[in-house]
Amino acid sequence: MKGGQALIKSLINLGADTVFGYPGGQVIPLYDMIYDSDLNHILVRHEQCAAHAADGFARASGKVGVCIATSGPGATNLVTGLSTSYMDSTPVIAITGQVPGHLIGNDAFQESDIIGITMPITKHNIQINNQNMIPAYINSAFEIASTGRPGPVLIDIPKNIQEAELDEYNDGKINLEGYKPTKKGHKMQIKRAYETILKSEKIVILAGGGIILANATNELNKLAKLISAPVATTLMGKGIIDESDESSLGMIGMHGRRASNNLVNECDCLIAIGCRFSDRTTGKLDEFIPDAKVIHIDIDPAEIGKNVNVDIPIVGDAKIVLESLIKLLESKKINKSNLPWVNYYKTKNKKGRPQISFEDDELLKPQQVLKELSEVINKDTIITTDVGQNQMWMAYAFKSSKPRTFISSGGAGTMGFGFPAAMGAKVALPESDVVSVCGDGGFLMSCQDLATVKEEDIPFITCILNNNYLGMVAQWQRLFYNERMSHTYLGTTPDFVKLGEAFGINSERIEKVGETKEALKKALKTGEHTLLEIVIDPNELLPMVPPGEGINNIVGEKSEDGD
Amino acid sequence: MNKNHIISTLVKHESGVLQRVSGLFTRRGFNIESITVGESEIDGLARMTIISHGDEKSLEQMLKQLNKLIDVIKVRDLNVETTIKRELCLIKMSTPTEKVRSEIIQYTQIFGGKILDATSEDFIIEITGDSDKINSFLDLMRPLNIKKLSRTGPTAMSKSTRC
Ligand SMILES: Cc1ncc(C[n+]2csc(CCOP(=O)(O)OP(=O)(O)O)c2C)c(N)n1
Ligand SMILES: [Mg+2]
Repeated sequence: MKGGQALIKSLINLGADTVFGYPGGQVIPLYDMIYDSDLNHILVRHEQCAAHAADGFARASGKVGVCIATSGPGATNLVTGLSTSYMDSTPVIAITGQVPGHLIGNDAFQESDIIGITMPITKHNIQINNQNMIPAYINSAFEIASTGRPGPVLIDIPKNIQEAELDEYNDGKINLEGYKPTKKGHKMQIKRAYETILKSEKIVILAGGGIILANATNELNKLAKLISAPVATTLMGKGIIDESDESSLGMIGMHGRRASNNLVNECDCLIAIGCRFSDRTTGKLDEFIPDAKVIHIDIDPAEIGKNVNVDIPIVGDAKIVLESLIKLLESKKINKSNLPWVNYYKTKNKKGRPQISFEDDELLKPQQVLKELSEVINKDTIITTDVGQNQMWMAYAFKSSKPRTFISSGGAGTMGFGFPAAMGAKVALPESDVVSVCGDGGFLMSCQDLATVKEEDIPFITCILNNNYLGMVAQWQRLFYNERMSHTYLGTTPDFVKLGEAFGINSERIEKVGETKEALKKALKTGEHTLLEIVIDPNELLPMVPPGEGINNIVGEKSEDGD
Repeated sequence: MNKNHIISTLVKHESGVLQRVSGLFTRRGFNIESITVGESEIDGLARMTIISHGDEKSLEQMLKQLNKLIDVIKVRDLNVETTIKRELCLIKMSTPTEKVRSEIIQYTQIFGGKILDATSEDFIIEITGDSDKINSFLDLMRPLNIKKLSRTGPTAMSKSTRC
């Protein structure tokens, strides 16, 4: 057995039978071995899309996503995708070819120090220089990527190692004595959290993506009910709680809902779980949760106390810690449902629902589009967004109800992510409907992969919200830079319908109220890939907290009741 | 309040580990005064000693972030009071006159140093000790014209029986 074959065998043994990749000089031997293997290899049209697709695959399914690229430019094209996965803690394995061992360091053709380059944007990376170690390294890479706080792991395999004969295929793992994620949570701290919860009268739960990664949504919802607390989420936490529920406050932060931002700041106890208090979430730190005791549950100890001072730190897996906490709470008959807080937050929450119907307008409003989208999809439909206004409209006003159905690049804010991520999600869950919502700018950053979608028959719906602008940047220019629209107008190129058609994709242009719904219905029925260019009002501004201010100072919100 | 911290780590003795650690410090804006690496008592593991300056909060982040590196096995923040720190320093001094020669020899003896090499033009001196001692020695040498100076940076060991 050769190195490359050992790699393929290990992947399949680990259940990773689907990979996204692109060949090249230093992986030709590996690709030759893939040729007669059972690996389901999906040929993308740009390595960045392989990384994003692997990421989308992982986010949708909870499994490890795998991508492959050749050395040099192939490997460096993965970088944006890896940093996206790193920021949002998704389990991805990237396999790169490398020049043969005897040439490393000589600036050989297509040599790049991908280990050095990706050190700060991977959870770990390894160059394999002994073919016999391949199975152990792959096993360990999967363990590192998918346990603890998940993250991307890159494995660099020189060409000669791919071709070298193994003495023996030895499953096993490398010694990971420096890697022991804490799962259980400190008993004393959980007890303290419990006591604080008993005493508190205005509790808010802040739920982050870590809950989805830990598959702890049921536990979270149970906790919320048990203590009658409302749940605000971060961007990555969307889908943890059904957002039509009266105790779901929606997203908080720079583009959060006013009700959500205000209520979080009014609490006397914040239970933050699986979130990292990013600047986009907290706004100005001095004005964030002024009166709250903070309980922070996270599997990564470094996140606790990094940005926000924490009263009760609990390091552990969200699911396990929540189970223990719930058990303690259940041992005592608590009833918080009669606290004035409960009525207060419910009323406040109900009043400030974002307005999403804009039926009479000349130009389609993005809110109206997402309303029509909501009307035709089901609870299992997976939505991916790109980055910019399209993303924030969805995060702000679209109601998710299930984990892993709202996929978005949070920490990195990577334009070009949404479309290939949708591709990965559809490959992971072929039975689910998938809709990718993008901006006109971001879609062009990965649109070449329409070819992949066509050739590999990966049917989903792409909705391009075309405002002819780099909308989010344009919004900042309008609000904070005296409307000096420096380089944010994209013009009217391309004709997205023709672009889609050039790739053999059903494409349609939408300009009026009601058409989105009809087109989506039709697309869902045909089950073929469909591209919808939806022309929207470029002047519609998202409510936002001006940069540097506290999250209470949100401006520009239009709510359903005109509040 | 900013203070000096001695961070002692056990790391895998492999290529790239120093880069992982120093890269982490650079990326997160932590200060490094010095970093030394060498063999430890355990086969395959090296001991890396980092001297850093920062407040309590950044120290906590340094320790936690270091711990997250897969190749870092153990991380300790050593108590400055109960830790022995030693560094080695090599100095090349020009010896233009007999007076300078004897002055250097005297000081070297007082500081428990050694003259490792002597030519008609210069001496190479070795001094070990904590950083303060080396600094004092260098203060005396400076007016006599230091030609070359090379310091290892401190390595450290706690006197406590537990770590
Ligand atoms: C790769 C990348 N480059 C630049 C940016 C900065 N950026 C954030 S949002 C945005 C505008 C996005 O425009 P578009 O895709 O049309 O979406 P819209 O905001 O109009 O919905 C830009 C340029 C980014 N996030 N990612
Ligand atoms: Mg746009």
